[in-house]
Amino acid sequence: MDSALIPKGVKRCPIWQFALGLGIVGAVLLWGVYAMLLCWFKGLNQTNMNDYYGFALWIWADLAVIALGGGAFFTGLLRYVIGKDELKNIINYAVLIGFICYSSALLILAIDIGQPLRGWFIFWHANVHSMLTEVAFCLSCYFGVLTIEYLPLVLENRQLDKVPFVHNLTHTMHEHMAIFAATGAFLSFFHQGSLGGVAGVLFGRPFAYREHLFIWPWTFFLFTWSAAAFGPCFTLLVTRITERIAGKKLVKDNVVQLLAKISGWMMFTYIIAKILDTAYWAFTTAPSLGFTLKDFYGTNGFYNYGWLVAEIIVGGLIPALMLITPKIRANRGMLTLATVLAVIGVCLNRWVMVLQVMAAPVMTFDEWALYVPSWQEVATTILPVAYGVILIMISYRYLPIFPQEAELNPITPEDAEGVQASGDSEPVLATAQA
Amino acid sequence: MKIEGEQGKSKKYGMVIDLDKCTGCGACMVACMAENNVPFKQDESDKRLSITWMRVYQLTNGKAFPDADICYLPRPCQHCEGMHEGHSPCVSVCPATATDYDAQTGIVSQIYTRCFGCRYCMAACPYHARHFNWWDPVWPEGMEKYLNPDVSVRMRGIVEKCGFCFSRYQKAMEKAHYEGRRELEELEYQTACTQACPAGAIVFGDLNNPQHRVHQLAQPDPRRRGRPGNPKAFRLLEELQTYPKVYYLSSREWVHKAGHKAELIKEAGAHH
Repeated sequence: MDSALIPKGVKRCPIWQFALGLGIVGAVLLWGVYAMLLCWFKGLNQTNMNDYYGFALWIWADLAVIALGGGAFFTGLLRYVIGKDELKNIINYAVLIGFICYSSALLILAIDIGQPLRGWFIFWHANVHSMLTEVAFCLSCYFGVLTIEYLPLVLENRQLDKVPFVHNLTHTMHEHMAIFAATGAFLSFFHQGSLGGVAGVLFGRPFAYREHLFIWPWTFFLFTWSAAAFGPCFTLLVTRITERIAGKKLVKDNVVQLLAKISGWMMFTYIIAKILDTAYWAFTTAPSLGFTLKDFYGTNGFYNYGWLVAEIIVGGLIPALMLITPKIRANRGMLTLATVLAVIGVCLNRWVMVLQVMAAPVMTFDEWALYVPSWQEVATTILPVAYGVILIMISYRYLPIFPQEAELNPITPEDAEGVQASGDSEPVLATAQA
Repeated sequence: MKIEGEQGKSKKYGMVIDLDKCTGCGACMVACMAENNVPFKQDESDKRLSITWMRVYQLTNGKAFPDADICYLPRPCQHCEGMHEGHSPCVSVCPATATDYDAQTGIVSQIYTRCFGCRYCMAACPYHARHFNWWDPVWPEGMEKYLNPDVSVRMRGIVEKCGFCFSRYQKAMEKAHYEGRRELEELEYQTACTQACPAGAIVFGDLNNPQHRVHQLAQPDPRRRGRPGNPKAFRLLEELQTYPKVYYLSSREWVHKAGHKAELIKEAGAHH
């Protein structure tokens, strides 16, 4: 039924199967939309946030998806600016994942603020000293860049591409993509960093506060570094999941291995910096503010030292070592395990920098504050995931996301017959063989 | 930076609260709510959802009878000056300039119509002095007629906090201007909590003015960003360098220790 829209030379599942999948994920999406509308119309009293937990699950999700979406800017930088040409075979997917992550982040912010209709005040009454202002400006600009990067992919749809203007526009945009990739990397450096700065400048919260280099706390650099390091891991993980669901290889091993290797070394260097930062904070910064490591990890059953080990060792050092070791990296199962650990690690880091900051008492007569999100918060956090899955499903079905797919999965005569029987008049087999 | 404009010399309004006098009666909290149209709900059992510009904490020394001791600690907004004037934890982070440090009075203000409810200021404040309006205010029938006309009521989705009864300052200044004066007398501008305290535990005034009681009680040292010269006085979490303008007095050492983390006590211990 929709075969005229499917890229040449590739096979897709029957439309009923696609519609069924879309329906299931769509139901989850609607659940999230319902919760979102409750929050917008009834207010944030629908959540379990309180005056201790002004930042909660959403802000963690926001920071986490932005870190995971870092694969887009870093892969773009490697491909277009540094010249790692092999990565052209995964850059489309990195851009799509980045687009999903960043649009999700903006949606989360729109739900999270108490007066959504005043959201534009952050631009109009901007306080240039606030890290959140920097986040808002750079995030919005970078989302614009991601849209520009994603647009040619949409325009490459088989039917759209038939229009000469669209075809020429796509070609021209591709030619100038290096400019956007460089702009994206520049903007990302600042918004990833300023997201780190959001916590790092809180001098009233010793758990979050870090020493500064010029006007930026160390978390500024660590967040940028970690997004560049861990973001590509998320791209690789989602690619792997897509391959499993599609039941076929979509990206060649040399491309995956290259990105995994670069990601691994980035993670390894990041984790050294993170260990140094943690040590300096634990033994110099926090004590100067009257706190010890025990105050943060030794007085509460939930937030114990295990969090430090989980984030730095299990979710940082171990996957980094796995990825920089060629033998382990070459093993598909171990590679997937490393990317899973890395994704958990960076999400833990963002959790700690949001939720544990809120939980840790500062006044001596204050207590640890723990919180459990309401179903509305959970639903609105799952909403972007459902939206992302749907966008990936549609993009994968109708757009040439994976340039190597046709070559890796030649269409058999039976497949071609099936496709042609469904109404496609294009010579699919010939294209695939060519 | 000091501003000496048409309002005269810059002030540094602050508070001194004598914890040895406070009985924990809560009159300051009630007066604050009435003066500032602070909304309330039927169920206020979850204190993390209660809007309490002035909150009285009950502290104990953790000892058993007969050594058990209790102290009540009223906590308004601390109106932090920060490491340089105006670099309060909350003011420096607000993305929309919805909270501001007034260099003429030293008061940290909140602009309700500009706040869009991101709650970054709440995350930044170590004193939990900022409160979010999780609900729209609902007044018991007829009570809306008793609201203070000088203070705007706030809507759902924004942050609010103690502003040292700023509307009273504005009113006092209007009267002074009308009478051709630039300066206020000490008692012309007093906060509602100060006036309501039956024990006289709360004193309010200009910390820069040696004639004012707050100055005499706290003896702030301007060379040390207002560190109290009075050995009985301390500020909450002095070590964080927020430099609050609310001082606490107590002759009890355990109360001083409750005010800040252990390391600084060694330094403060030299005073008493």
